[in-house]
Amino acid sequence: MNAVFALVAGFVFGVGLLISGMTNPAKILAFLDIAGVWNPSLMFVMVGAILTAIPAFAYIRSRGKTLLGAPASLPARSPITPRLLAGSALFGIGWGLSGFCPGPAFVALTFGDQRVWIFVLAVVAGMVLAHITLKRLDSI
Amino acid sequence: MTTLAANIQVTAPLVGGVLIGAAAATLLLFNGQVAGISGVVGRIVEGDFGQKFWRVAFLIGLLLSGPAYLYWNGALPPFEISADLPTLIVAGLLVGFGTRVGSGCTSGHGVCGIANFSPRSLTATVVFMAVAIVVVFLVRHAGVSL
Repeated sequence: MNAVFALVAGFVFGVGLLISGMTNPAKILAFLDIAGVWNPSLMFVMVGAILTAIPAFAYIRSRGKTLLGAPASLPARSPITPRLLAGSALFGIGWGLSGFCPGPAFVALTFGDQRVWIFVLAVVAGMVLAHITLKRLDSI
Repeated sequence: MTTLAANIQVTAPLVGGVLIGAAAATLLLFNGQVAGISGVVGRIVEGDFGQKFWRVAFLIGLLLSGPAYLYWNGALPPFEISADLPTLIVAGLLVGFGTRVGSGCTSGHGVCGIANFSPRSLTATVVFMAVAIVVVFLVRHAGVSL
């Protein structure tokens, strides 16, 4: 059952990205280009998404269990670390350079544009590098 | 000089956003998991497919949305990549590396984390947005290139 809900969630997530225009790097870059011709669309997407998700998170925070009675795993309230800041900055550079973040990139894999595959392969490579790096750092 | 784009869409972005939020709510309420794409993919890359393979199922659902959209609408939505190949490769590496080190991306921190009122996620989001905005400014208005 887990898998079915996850599949549906992933599908709806993707449809949301497609409908909102967020799978188009040009749209993302237009949002980030505040000194140019600014398109604030992404703001409406995030507001819509956040407002919709707030009740679910409030529910899980208070109940601690899913609707099916299983344990829910919300990230712990951990402090703001150098890793969080550095990682976010690096991600921001990549996002600003390409207009792609992970979600839209994976959805766009099916668009038939080889460049997306190259980008996604690079993302995976970056993730492997991060895994190796963090493992080394944590074992020092 | 900032100019506002002509014909800014409000409905489609809002509807799309609500769907994204609903999807995140679904994954949380039924699977007890946070819909952070970098986390889902990152853990798969580390060999953790999730209980009952939920991460794989989520990714498959994500990958099915494009073909479904194409089938329903007869065409894919507008799609334009301006970065060249070397830039895409560097950007991809940074996105992959950065999201794992920073524990999240626009969905994990920007949507889910903020919806959960997490100061950590709000901070992360402010950082990656500010940095991205600076990068775009440098590339588009200050003649900086890789």
